[in-house]
Amino acid sequence: MQFIRRHQLAIVLVALVAFGLIVALVRYWAGIGAISNLSDAYPWGLWISFDLLCGVALASGAFTTAFAVHIFQLDRFRPVLRPAILTGFLGYVMVIVALLVDLGRPERIWHMIIFWNPHSVMFEVGWCVMLYTAVLALEFSPLVFERLRWRAPLAIIHRLTIVLVILGTLLSTLHQSSLGSLFLAMPRQVHPLWFSAFLPLYFFLTAIAVGPAMVILESSISSRVLHRGLETDVIGGLARAIPFALGAYLAIKIVDLTLANKWAAAFRDGMSALFWIEIIFGVIAPMLLFARSSVRHNPSRLLIGASLVIAGIVLNRFNVSLIGWTRPNEGWYVPHLLEFAITFGIVSAGVVAYGLVAKFLPLFADEPAPAPSPAE
Amino acid sequence: MSRYAMLIDETRCTGCRACQVACKQWNDLPGEQTRNRGTYTNPPALSAKTWSMIEFNEIETGDKVGFYFLKRGCMHCEHPACASVCLVGALHKTPDGPVVYDDSKCIGCRYCMSACPFGIPTFDWDRGLLNNALIRKCEFCVDRVSNGLIPACAKSCPSRVIAFGEREQLIAQAEARIEKNPNKYIKHIYGKDEVGGTSMLYLSSVPFDQLGLPALGTTPVTALSEQVMEYTVPFALAWGATLAGVAAVVRFRNRGKRIVENEKSET
Ligand code: SF4
Ligand code: SF4
Repeated sequence: MQFIRRHQLAIVLVALVAFGLIVALVRYWAGIGAISNLSDAYPWGLWISFDLLCGVALASGAFTTAFAVHIFQLDRFRPVLRPAILTGFLGYVMVIVALLVDLGRPERIWHMIIFWNPHSVMFEVGWCVMLYTAVLALEFSPLVFERLRWRAPLAIIHRLTIVLVILGTLLSTLHQSSLGSLFLAMPRQVHPLWFSAFLPLYFFLTAIAVGPAMVILESSISSRVLHRGLETDVIGGLARAIPFALGAYLAIKIVDLTLANKWAAAFRDGMSALFWIEIIFGVIAPMLLFARSSVRHNPSRLLIGASLVIAGIVLNRFNVSLIGWTRPNEGWYVPHLLEFAITFGIVSAGVVAYGLVAKFLPLFADEPAPAPSPAE
Repeated sequence: MSRYAMLIDETRCTGCRACQVACKQWNDLPGEQTRNRGTYTNPPALSAKTWSMIEFNEIETGDKVGFYFLKRGCMHCEHPACASVCLVGALHKTPDGPVVYDDSKCIGCRYCMSACPFGIPTFDWDRGLLNNALIRKCEFCVDRVSNGLIPACAKSCPSRVIAFGEREQLIAQAEARIEKNPNKYIKHIYGKDEVGGTSMLYLSSVPFDQLGLPALGTTPVTALSEQVMEYTVPFALAWGATLAGVAAVVRFRNRGKRIVENEKSET
C-alpha cells in the first residue's frame, strides 16, 4: 500500500506506456485504420501534428541552450544544459517512436537512407532528424561515461563538443524550418492565414522561442518533483531571448499578411478566432511578460509565460497542419481515443526515462573540468 | 511534355460505370460494401480498392436538374506533386505519361496523399504489418500502355467518352470540338494547363468546379518547395561557416579577456 502511495505517479505512467504498447500491437496487426480515424481524406492526423511537429519544436531547448553555452560561451547557462540536452534527446527519440507507429511501413524506415529524392522536403527532414538524434546522443553520452568512469571516451567527446554543437545547431536550423517547408507544397490545403512562403522562417523562429520556454517548464517541474532548487536567475536569463524571437516572428507575420492582403480572413470565422488566440496569448502576451524583469525573476510567473509560449506553438502547429487544413475531397477528422493512447504512451515513456536518468546519471552535475585528473 | 494522355468528354458520359468496373477487373481490385447515402455516387470516394470511379453530380441548369458525371481518378500530372514530395522517390512520371508507383520503396509516410492537389492517392488503412499496406492509385494502366494496349477504362467505354492518344493531338481534338459546338462546351480544357498540365484532359458543359474539379493555377504546386530545397545546400554551407566563425570569434575574444584578467590578477 505504501509502495503504491509513494510511487503513484510512476505507476500511472507505466500503465499508460503499457496501454500504448498494446494499442500499437493492434495497429501492427490490423492496420492503422483499426485504431485511428485517419482516412484517405485526412492522411495526417494527431501523430503528425503533435508527435512530429510539436515534438520536434518542443525539443528545441537542446540546441538553443547548447548554442548559448558552447558557441556564445555563456557559462551562466551551463547548469540547465544537461537537462535541456536530455529533454531534447528524449524528445527526438519519442518523435522517432511515434513515426514507427504512424508510418504505413515502419519496417522500411531505413529506406530513406538508400533511396534519395532531393526534391522532397521530407527527405531533408528525415536525414536531419536522424543525424541530429545521433548528435544529441553524443552530447548526452558524457553522463553515461562519467557514471561508468570511462576517461578515454569522455576526453574524446569533450574535445568534439564544439563541433557537435555547431553541427547540431546547423541541423536544427535546417529541419526546424523544413517542418514548415513541408506545407509549402500544400498552398490550397493550408488555411490562408497560415499558408505563406515564410512558413519555414515562422517554424524556425517559433522553435527558437519555445526552446527556452521548454527549459523553464522542465526546470520548474523537475525542481518540484525531484525536490531540487530552481535556478531562477539562469532560466530567467534564458527567457530574455523569447521576446526577440517572438517579436521578429510577429513583425514578419504582420508584414506578410498585409502584403498578401489577407487580413479579411482574420475577421471571418472560427479559424480567425483561433488565429487571434494564437497571436494574443501565444505571442504578444509572453512577449510583454518576458520583457519585464519582475517576471523573469519570479518562478511562478516564469512558468506562466513559458506555458503560454508552449501552448501557443502547439496551437500554431495544429492550425497549420490539422485544424485549418482541408483536402480537395470531403472528410472530417477528430483523433480517435486510441490515437491519444499512442501519444500519451510515448510521452509517459519519455517522462519515465527522464526520471530514470535523473536518478541514475549525473544529470544535474556541472560539466567536469576539461582534463580528467588522474588522481581520483 | 508527356506523350500520351486521355481526353475525357464528360458531355458524352451516360454514367454507366463500365470504366469503373473495367478498372476493378484489370487491376484485380475487390468490391466494397457500401450503404445507400442518397446519391448514385458509389462507392462514396476513391479508395485503395477503387482507383477510378464515376461521380454523379446533380446540377441545375436553367430550369432543369440533370446528372453531370465526373470520371474521378489520378490526373497523371506533368509535374506530379506526389512524386516531388515522396522522400524515397517511390513515385515518378514516365516519359510516356503515367505517374507510376514503386511499391518496394514506399515507407507509407502518406506525404503524397497530403500534397496531391486533387486528393487522389489512397492507403490500405485496414492492412497490418503482415499484409503489405501500400499507397494505391490509378497507374494509367502502365502495364497495358507499355505493351501497345489502351487503358482498360478507355477500352470499355461504350459512349466514346474516353479517348486515349498523343497529348498534343488530343488537345487539338478538344479545341476542335469546342469550336464546333461553342454552345455545348465550356470554353476550357481542364488539365491542359492546371498545375502545369496533366495527362487527363476534360471537356464539360458545366463549370468544372461544379463537377468537383478544383480551380487550380497553372504553376505546379511544388514549385515553391522545390525551390526551397535547391537553396538548402548553399544555405547549409553558409550557415555552418557562419556558426563556426561566430564560435571562433567568441572564443578568441574570451581568451583575450582571460589573459588580461590573469595579468591583472598577477600584478
Ligand atoms: S493527380 Fe495527384 S496522384 Fe495523380 S499524378 Fe497528380 S499529384 Fe500525383
Ligand atoms: S507514402 Fe510512400 S509513395 Fe507516398 S510519399 Fe510516402 S513514401 Fe512516397
